[in-house]
Amino acid sequence: MIPAAFDYARPTSLDEALVLLARGAGNAKVLAGGQSLLPLMRLRLASPGQLIDIGRIAELRTIRDLGGGATGIGALATYRDVLDSELATRNHPILATAIPMIGDVQVRNRGTLAGSIAHADPASDLPAILLALEGTLVIRSGNGERVVAVEGFFQGAFATDLGQDEILTEIRLPATPDGAGMAYRAIEQPASGYSMVGVAAVIGRVGDSIGYARIAITGAGNVAYRAMAVEAALLGSDGGAAAIEAAAAHATDGQVVGSDFNADAEYRTAMAQVYTRRAVEAALAAID
Amino acid sequence: MTEQVRLTVNGVAHEITVEPRQLLVHALREDLGLTGTHVGCDTSQCGACTVQLNGAAVKSCTVLAVQVDGGSITTIEGMAPEGGLHALQNAFWEKHGLQCGFCTPGMIMAAADLLAGNPDPTDDEIRHGIEGNLCRCTGYQNIVAAIREAGSTLRAGAPVPAGAQD
Repeated sequence: MIPAAFDYARPTSLDEALVLLARGAGNAKVLAGGQSLLPLMRLRLASPGQLIDIGRIAELRTIRDLGGGATGIGALATYRDVLDSELATRNHPILATAIPMIGDVQVRNRGTLAGSIAHADPASDLPAILLALEGTLVIRSGNGERVVAVEGFFQGAFATDLGQDEILTEIRLPATPDGAGMAYRAIEQPASGYSMVGVAAVIGRVGDSIGYARIAITGAGNVAYRAMAVEAALLGSDGGAAAIEAAAAHATDGQVVGSDFNADAEYRTAMAQVYTRRAVEAALAAID
Repeated sequence: MTEQVRLTVNGVAHEITVEPRQLLVHALREDLGLTGTHVGCDTSQCGACTVQLNGAAVKSCTVLAVQVDGGSITTIEGMAPEGGLHALQNAFWEKHGLQCGFCTPGMIMAAADLLAGNPDPTDDEIRHGIEGNLCRCTGYQNIVAAIREAGSTLRAGAPVPAGAQD
């Protein structure tokens, strides 16, 4: 189908885009790669009155070295840009292994990481990965800039902390501890490729025991979340099979696990535990 | 409201007038008459509309024509000179990589993106490279064989027509 008619603006600076967005007063949507928004518009599930195409704002097409192992991923950086970035994949090796699991090559060539985060599809893989990396988000409006944690940004399916006059301009990923291993594992719906459950794990050892653990899960709850109970169970353990199994049993603690025609809550809960175990095992195996 | 869009398709410069909501695939098919790019689904899943935009495979049903203003596009019609076949086209023929042919243009454009970055892919890499393209009749086996064959031909130095590798 063809989207409903809309007005189109293609600003060439962020400031210009913010003025247009404030003027759009809730009727305008920001367009970057369009790989989430345009399919919704084609199905007429979204019919914004105006699209503000930020695709030509050069200052947003960046992948920056923030020093000390931290990386800034600008709003227009595509999945392919990040995969091709020696800086980003060296600082955060999980990006090199997880991004090829997202969408397909055509989507990755055009879709942006920031766009996926702003869109906040509850089934998308990226929120879990950014939560495990303890990412932050730089948000701009005409009133200035604020920086918020990815944790707490997602408020529900397709709902975020982003105001109607705000643009997500950069994802910042801090350095992970030296020698940490990281991995992402997901069970995908075979036809759509959407993850029914995805688990990101970043794990470090101190001596013989686990001294650092960040586990985040997408697809199980109504938003991606940090699995704190899994992390607590892993910390101080030896990281052996029994310890991982016991920790993974907490994958959905405190969550209301969703059911749909692909996977009911019981199955999803079981898969969250299985894929938590697999992600933790893979992260441990990836430790330098 | 309409917008002027300038774009280079298969090496030829065009200027078209479009509504902002016009999808690139419709601009190619209806404004420029390049009907080799197919529309197979309404959900950005099938990949039949795949073209190369500034050298990268994209689904032209999930790009607005206005977004590509100033861009360079290669469609299936631009893969080989008139009357000739690109190595991928020839391999799909030789390996019987199609039955109805509907998905073939998109398969070839996605495969061209794959081979540009990975001239000697494994079968797993080929299958991953075309995961954004659906075939409903051949069943992929011969498509994978065709892409493998084309990679071999291209590595051996078959000339790649202008536009197919940029």
